[in-house]
Amino acid sequence: MKNRARLSLRVPAPPTRPGDAPDFSGVKLSGAGDVERPDIDASPRDMSELAFKLIRVLDDKGQALGAWNPKLDPETLRRALRHMLLTRAYDDRMYRAQRQGKTSFYMKCTGEEAVAIAAAYAMDRDDMCFPSYRQQGLLIARGYPLVQMMNQVYSNARDPLKGRQLPIMYSSKEHGFFTISGNLGTQFPQAVGWAMASAYKGDDRIAASWVGDGTTAEGDFHHACNFASVYRAPVILNVVNNQWAISSFAGIAGGNESTFASRGIGYGLPALRVDGNDFLAVYAATQWAAERARSNLGATLIEHYTYRAEGHSTSDDPSRYRPSDDAKAWPLGDPIERLKVHLIAIGEWSEDQQQAAHAEAVEQVKVANKEAEAVGTLGHGELPSIKTMFEDVFKDMPEHLRRQRQQMGV
Amino acid sequence: MPTMNMIQALNSALDVMLTKDPNVLTFGEDVGYFGGVFRVTDGLQKKHGLTRCFDTPIGEAGIVATAIGMGAYGLRPVVEIQFADYIYPAYDQIVSEAARLRYRSAGDFTAPLVIRTPYGGGIFGGQTHSQSPEALFTHVAGLKTVIPSTPYDAKGLLISAIEDDDPVLFLEPKRIYNGPFDGYHDRPVSPWNKFAASDVPEGHYTVPLGKAAVVREGSDVTVLAYGTMVHVALASVADSGLDGEVIDLRTLVPLDIETIVTSVKKTGRCVIVHEATHTSGFGAELSATVQENCFHNLEAPIERVTGWDTPYPHAFEWQYFPGPGRVIEALKRAMEG
Repeated sequence: MKNRARLSLRVPAPPTRPGDAPDFSGVKLSGAGDVERPDIDASPRDMSELAFKLIRVLDDKGQALGAWNPKLDPETLRRALRHMLLTRAYDDRMYRAQRQGKTSFYMKCTGEEAVAIAAAYAMDRDDMCFPSYRQQGLLIARGYPLVQMMNQVYSNARDPLKGRQLPIMYSSKEHGFFTISGNLGTQFPQAVGWAMASAYKGDDRIAASWVGDGTTAEGDFHHACNFASVYRAPVILNVVNNQWAISSFAGIAGGNESTFASRGIGYGLPALRVDGNDFLAVYAATQWAAERARSNLGATLIEHYTYRAEGHSTSDDPSRYRPSDDAKAWPLGDPIERLKVHLIAIGEWSEDQQQAAHAEAVEQVKVANKEAEAVGTLGHGELPSIKTMFEDVFKDMPEHLRRQRQQMGV
Repeated sequence: MPTMNMIQALNSALDVMLTKDPNVLTFGEDVGYFGGVFRVTDGLQKKHGLTRCFDTPIGEAGIVATAIGMGAYGLRPVVEIQFADYIYPAYDQIVSEAARLRYRSAGDFTAPLVIRTPYGGGIFGGQTHSQSPEALFTHVAGLKTVIPSTPYDAKGLLISAIEDDDPVLFLEPKRIYNGPFDGYHDRPVSPWNKFAASDVPEGHYTVPLGKAAVVREGSDVTVLAYGTMVHVALASVADSGLDGEVIDLRTLVPLDIETIVTSVKKTGRCVIVHEATHTSGFGAELSATVQENCFHNLEAPIERVTGWDTPYPHAFEWQYFPGPGRVIEALKRAMEG
């Protein structure tokens, strides 16, 4: 070997592991109200600093501050809070259903409710969403019946997807909710294509898509950003940085080297970095991006800085790779708690009302679940007709599938 | 009736559909202003406008993914992958997405898109411009795979594919874009205008998907082929002195089993030819299908003539390509069995 310094391979590691005390000292936060709000027609180059800041509206005392304050009326905020409570109650019930053996699998969005629900509020009802598996809040905010979601999770006779999909992989065109894949990131460039189609047709609808921090490492993330930029597609590209991709911390996806929002800069996309646990900040950023897209100014990349408070799924145990009290120590708090504190701070809500709203959400979930369970749960009760197994592979069933259906004896 | 080679016929199909249906658009690498490296989209941007025929970044997964999104919106995109050899980056989008949208959403979302791509060897393209990857796609539930062998069929099948509500992979045998290459590489190839199949109507017509064509009737032996190999099979039968029945499958999925079975029950013998590698090639599926349906009618073992199980070798093109010499030997073996 020549007389040179030896190279060494770096493998990133998170600051803490099980048994350690949580340590978020590396998290750099902007103050609430501190980040400037550019005009919607600002040049991406002129606003590139926003990719390294953090748009926050709510401060620790629940005050809404700064240029990004969307100034929503209290009634809207109360409705949003109820939708977040309903989403959490729904998640809790379905998680329990999985533990009770009533379904095979479930994924909660605990701690990330604001990401989906604020977006649903900021977009138009007929805008098209291409979600990942943790945006059930979109469906709930758009009024998709809870019992339908449960029928899907239970793969029962009324499952709108006829027992074909893993639980939580919902689909509802009527609610502008694209069929969830499970293959990571595939929906990101598809959303760009949908948005290009909307522009091609001279429509006024826009699209939005969501991926996690881990999925930004997929090639489809690059294709989405590139195509969105090249064709100025009216689409909002959201990265939900919840710090964890199953057991891999965001540093494994490259999150330590630069912010995920900053990925947008190289594509010439405006890039916003938002406190994902701040309903008002998520709403404001989404509204900014939606207005920009609708003005034919193209796509925006938004990083939602949040924390996956629970496991990746029911098949995951996060205490095996991170401190068990990590979520409680997350410096940006809980999105439901923060919106509640805000509403109380402005005199539009009380602890009693919060408790009543929570009880109401739990009751609503209970009633829906009773109805769904009465139809059936996975392996118990009425299943979708087995005949339907061979349908929808193609529009019209070809001969070879007809024969196979006969062979199966149905 | 105008005479067209396969490129002109495909161009005409796109032109007809761009004119007929405002939801049809076409895009891909070098497809727009330049008109495609094989000229299939020549003049379409000028005639139909920038947003109906345009260039894309070099990103096959992005091309197919955006087409899926457009299909979900309600458009009928036709995308070009410049060479089938470059389709693999888009494999996930084709296999996991386009092919499954209808099923996984219970019909809520569909992706009526066509992926056109030139495939096959015989052009000294080496391993990256010669592959025949059809079996990687025929294995996928929810995807139709179509391969024309003449200008007339190319136009009619492409129009059918564009009008079809399911995703269609449309593989174009590039060796026969300009004339029906019969596998005798040391002989000149006659251009398409010397053949009746180059009489292509200018307007709209269709050739149905899922229907094979008996391109030569015969009683001795059935030959199953598609793409360039249809012409190799026809020449081989002629030179073998046998009365072979040649079937051009035209669509691999869904497969026209009835036409195949009817023929093999008549001849009792079957030779399958394709350019793709042997192991797990589409010939294996054809052989199994024939055996399942015609076992008691078979007089001899089913023969497969295919590319060898190696990457496509540049310098040994004609040793690799399953030309008439090998096909004739197989025909003779099938007659002896």
